[in-house]
This record gives sequence, structure tokens and C-alpha cells, in this order.
Amino acid sequence: MSDPGKTPRTVPRASATFDEYTLSEIRRAAATGIYDIRGAGAKRKLPHFDDLLFLGASISRYPLEGYREKCSTEVVLGTRFAKKPITLKIPVTIAGMSFGSLSAQAKEALGRGASAMGTSTTTGDGGMTQEERQSSQTLVYQYLPSRYGMNPDDLRKADAIEIVIGQGAKPGGGGMLLGQKITERVAAMRTLPVGIDQRSACRHPDWTGPDDLEIKIEELREITDWEKPIYVKVGAARPYYDTALAVKAGADVVVVDGMQGGTAATQEVFIENVGIPTLAAVRQAAQALQDLGMHRKVQLIVSGGIRNGADVAKALALGADAVAIGTAALVALGDNDPHWEAEYQALGTTAGAYDDWHEGRDPAGITTQDPALSARLDPVAAGRRLANYLAVLTLECQTIARACGKSHVHNLEPEDLVALTIEAAAMARVPLAGTDWIPGVTGRF
Amino acid sequence: MSAHHAIDLATGTVRELNAALHALSPDTNQTLWRVSNPRGLHAIAAGVDAPVTIEIDGPVGYYCGGMNKHASIVVNGNAGVGLAQNIMSGFVHVKGDASQSAGATGCGGMIVIDGNASARCGISMKGVDIVVKGSVGHMSAFMGQAGSLVVLGDAGEALGDSLYEAKLFVRGSVASLGADCIEKEMRDEHRALLAAKLEAAGLTGAVDIGEFRRYGSARTLYHFHVDNVSSY
Repeated sequence: MSDPGKTPRTVPRASATFDEYTLSEIRRAAATGIYDIRGAGAKRKLPHFDDLLFLGASISRYPLEGYREKCSTEVVLGTRFAKKPITLKIPVTIAGMSFGSLSAQAKEALGRGASAMGTSTTTGDGGMTQEERQSSQTLVYQYLPSRYGMNPDDLRKADAIEIVIGQGAKPGGGGMLLGQKITERVAAMRTLPVGIDQRSACRHPDWTGPDDLEIKIEELREITDWEKPIYVKVGAARPYYDTALAVKAGADVVVVDGMQGGTAATQEVFIENVGIPTLAAVRQAAQALQDLGMHRKVQLIVSGGIRNGADVAKALALGADAVAIGTAALVALGDNDPHWEAEYQALGTTAGAYDDWHEGRDPAGITTQDPALSARLDPVAAGRRLANYLAVLTLECQTIARACGKSHVHNLEPEDLVALTIEAAAMARVPLAGTDWIPGVTGRF
Repeated sequence: MSAHHAIDLATGTVRELNAALHALSPDTNQTLWRVSNPRGLHAIAAGVDAPVTIEIDGPVGYYCGGMNKHASIVVNGNAGVGLAQNIMSGFVHVKGDASQSAGATGCGGMIVIDGNASARCGISMKGVDIVVKGSVGHMSAFMGQAGSLVVLGDAGEALGDSLYEAKLFVRGSVASLGADCIEKEMRDEHRALLAAKLEAAGLTGAVDIGEFRRYGSARTLYHFHVDNVSSY
């Protein structure tokens, strides 16, 4: 008989279903009675651009010489109806983020960085600030359900108008800016009392459905004398139909934001469980444009989890004309920088995981209205970092495009791609690597 | 005396009309415009930014007078959805009924509707004054932030739901109040405010201020709290 004290024991086994995060969330919910609210986009593991690979050149495809042969990156947006389309030097734009959720310094830095690279920035839910108009060579003005700060003068100062139907982090959801961030300036821009929790509506107040949207677009064109490109932005949910309806309604540009796209503040359960990944959305949106004969005539911008030049190239290869970045741009400015680790620890988190952007206590001075914290961000230096990052994204994208033999990044195509997983192959509609199999499209393995 | 400019939308286009109106300078002497045959067309006189008077003979479609600044717009007929949405200043007078979302998100100026206004009249209003001589539909002044809504007739269900600081005055019945909207005491300053709005609408002496009741925000939802969750 064996000695009971020496019997081997199995190690404690944590549940895959009730993992450490899940258990902590149950305890938090039980203690507070309220759901968790946070910023950023979906953090769960999702099929993404990492699951795709470029094939590069071979005997049947010849590459372009790096550092010698030209690979253009210019993008023209708004060629369908606008009298004044906008031209971007690179296929990477800055997504809409509001003054209010971001500090004035952060908005200025975004404008500086984008302008240095010849691309656009976008306002957010809260109107246009003088700083961002001045610092942004090309500025897209968002037309949101709340219409905070909306006025015809700023509409005419904009270079393009983006009608926001939804965003990837929360398709079908509105927003909440907590009172800590409703300073006197933010409150004045939004016509609200100082310090209250401000609700952003989830639906537009004066139109419902695609037929109304067509009339709304007509009105905005009339007010701006048909000069401005008009974008329609949707959260990725039904991208094929939403893209088709946006085209039918008269959009110049369709913006599709996948569930990895960030938000200033939304319920965790919403961010992680509503919407579809960017990878699944881009091909459907491009397909809608192709089916309508409008691909490249109505431009497609894709956002949500774009991190590097490979992601840019893959989005373009799947049919996008440009991508937009939000979270990555904030990181380039200095968000979640380990330099502030001690302060992140004091907030109960760590650099890289800080997402309580709605609380306004960002040590990096980006997602805050606190004057002392905001002053930590130097708009000039942060703008330089963003410009550097945008340059790297562009160079990386060009590197891949040249390897595939493309003289313009728009010449990248699905044929250049294969997938590492069956899921990615089905979503992106490219073959599983080493096979001719596209699940749902071809019957062969 | 300035000339009277006549635009016939049976032969001309809304684009031509709006382009002509947008070309006006603040000190223009082309201050009188008359538009015929509007036939329910959309975005008529949208985005005007000049102190002119525009009289429209007939029904207009969506967004007539949208984002108006300074102009006085008179509609001799009914108005479609989103009448004078996001109006900044000036005066819009509809002599018939208005469809839903009249004055939506309006930031300033005044809208007078002689007939009834449909649902969501004054939704997300941000400073506009709206006077409706008839009744308003459900969810009127939803999330109203600033300005005033004066209703001489009745109000539909969920009046003032999720109201911020807009001031509501209703002479007739209110089918129901929305979340966080309550009846409030009508004090002298409110009677004075109501009298001023009625005077601006040309109704001085036409109605008895004592017949109105005042509604406003209880302000209990200004800070999200789990105990209020049943209100949402």
C-alpha cells in the first residue's frame, strides 16, 4: 500500500470556460450591479489579417525593384459626385475620434501627424475644434446622431463629411461620455450642463432607413453646394447590404469599421459580442461594390485593428481603397506607453492594457480632459511620432506590393493572398495556403 | 426697395435655387424671394446664411430650411420630415402641418407651425424655440438640451423623454411624460419666458398663458446610476 503522503497529485486545474478573467468579472459584477464600461475595441482572439499571407512573385509574376521602381500610394476619395474630391498621399487615414474623449493636445497631434504625411484626420462626436481644423490639412467632419456641435459653418470648413451610422465596436449602440470629461469647454460645444454624464444617441434624429438617408445626403450636398465628398460609415454587421444601401443612397465613400475598431466608452459585453471582425467585413463590402459595378467608383475605407503595413496591404488586396486607424494612432502618440507604468499600476492596470479611457485619468494625457494630464502630451513631438508611424505603414505596404509586382498599392488583389486557416479562407474568400480550396466558393480541397 | 425674386421650381431646380440663395452676401439687397411649385421637393432653402425672406407657395419635402441662419422662411403649405433641422438662427413659419422631427437638433432661431407637428418635434433641440399652434406627436423634445417647445394643443406620448435643459410648455393634454420628464411649477420667470416666445410667434393676446403647464427635466438621470436602470 502506498504512503498517502507521497501519492502523486494532479495540479489545480483552471477552467477554460470559467477562466481567471471571467471569474474576476463575475465577482466585479456581483459587487457593483453594473456592467463594465471601457474604451478600445474587441480584445478577444479573432480571425484577422494575421491569418493571411501574400504569395509574392514567382516565375509567373515578376516583382518590382525595391528602392528603385515606383509603387504609388495616392488615393483619391469622393470622385463619384463631389466637386472637390480629396487626394491623400498615403492609403492610411485617421479615424474619427472626438474632442472630449481625447484631449485638445491629442487632437492637434493627430492633425499634425496626418498632415505631415498628406493624409486626413476626422472629427468625432463633439464637433470641430479650431485646433484640429488648423492642424489638419485635410479634415473629415463627422455627422453623428447626437449632432453635438453641428453647424453649417464647420460643415463648409470641412474637406469631407462622414455620416456615421455606426462603429465597429458597437454597431447599433450610442455612447456615453462620463461627467468627469464634460468640462466647461466640452459642455459648451455640446450645449450641455457641465459635469453630467452625456448620452450620445444611437439613431439619427431626422431620418430612418436607406430611403431617408438618400434625402439626407442630398440635403448635405445642397448645404455644401455639392463640393464635399460624403462618406457613410457603418459598423461591420451586414457589410454587403449596408455597403449596397450606402451606394444606393448616394455615398461617395463607404467606411466599414470592424469589431476590433475602438470606442471611447462602451459596455464590454457590447464590444466583445456585437459585430463581425474586420477580416470578415472587408471582402463582403468590396463584393457589394463589385456586384454594383461601383468598385473604385465609390471608394471603400476599412478600419478596425489595422496595426502594420501588412494589414494595410491585405485590406487593400481584399478591395479597400484605404484604411483608417484609431487605436494604433493613439499608441503612436503615446497611449499605453510603458513610460507611465507606475501610474497605470496605480490605476489598477498595466501599460498595454489600460482601457478605462472614459474615466479621464489617462497618464499619457490623451484620453483625458484633465489640464495637468493633457499638458503631458506635446502635440509637436506626438505628431512627429504619428507621422513616423504612418511612414512605416506606408513603406511596409509598398514593400509587399512591390514583392507582388504592383506599381500601385491598389493593384494588390485577392489573387495575391492565401489563408492560414479555414476560417480566414472562408471570410476573405482566398484559398487555404497550399490548396485551391476557398470554403463556400470552390468545392475542391 | 429691393426686387422680388421669383423662382419657379416647375421649371428651375432646387440646386439652382439654393445656389442663388447661398451666393447672397450678408448685406444683400435681394431680400425678398418667392418660390412657386415646390411640389414636396426636398432641401428647399437649405443652408441659407443671409437675412432674406423666402416665401414658398406650396408643400415642401424633407429638410426645408435645414441649418438655416438669419433667413425668414414662410411655407404656405405643409412641410415634410426634418423641417429646419439644426436651424441656427432666423425664423421658419409653416402655415400647414409639419411631419416628424420638425426642428430636430435646432440650435437657435424660431420655428412656428400653424397646424400640427408629428412625432419627435424638437428632438435633441439645442436652443431653438418651437411654437406649435396645434398638437405634437409622440417623443417630442426627446433628449432636448436647450431652447423651448410651446404647444398650444396636446402632446403625444413620452413627451420630453430623457430631457436635459429644454423648457416645455403645453396648453392641452399630455398623453404621457417620458423618462425623467416631470411637470414643474410655473413661476413668474417661466410665465415671462412663455410670454416672450408667444410674442415672438405673433401670438400676444391670442392665448391665455395661465392655461399652460410647464414640463422639464427631473435631472435624476444626469448621472448614470444602477438604481435608475428601470427608467431606461
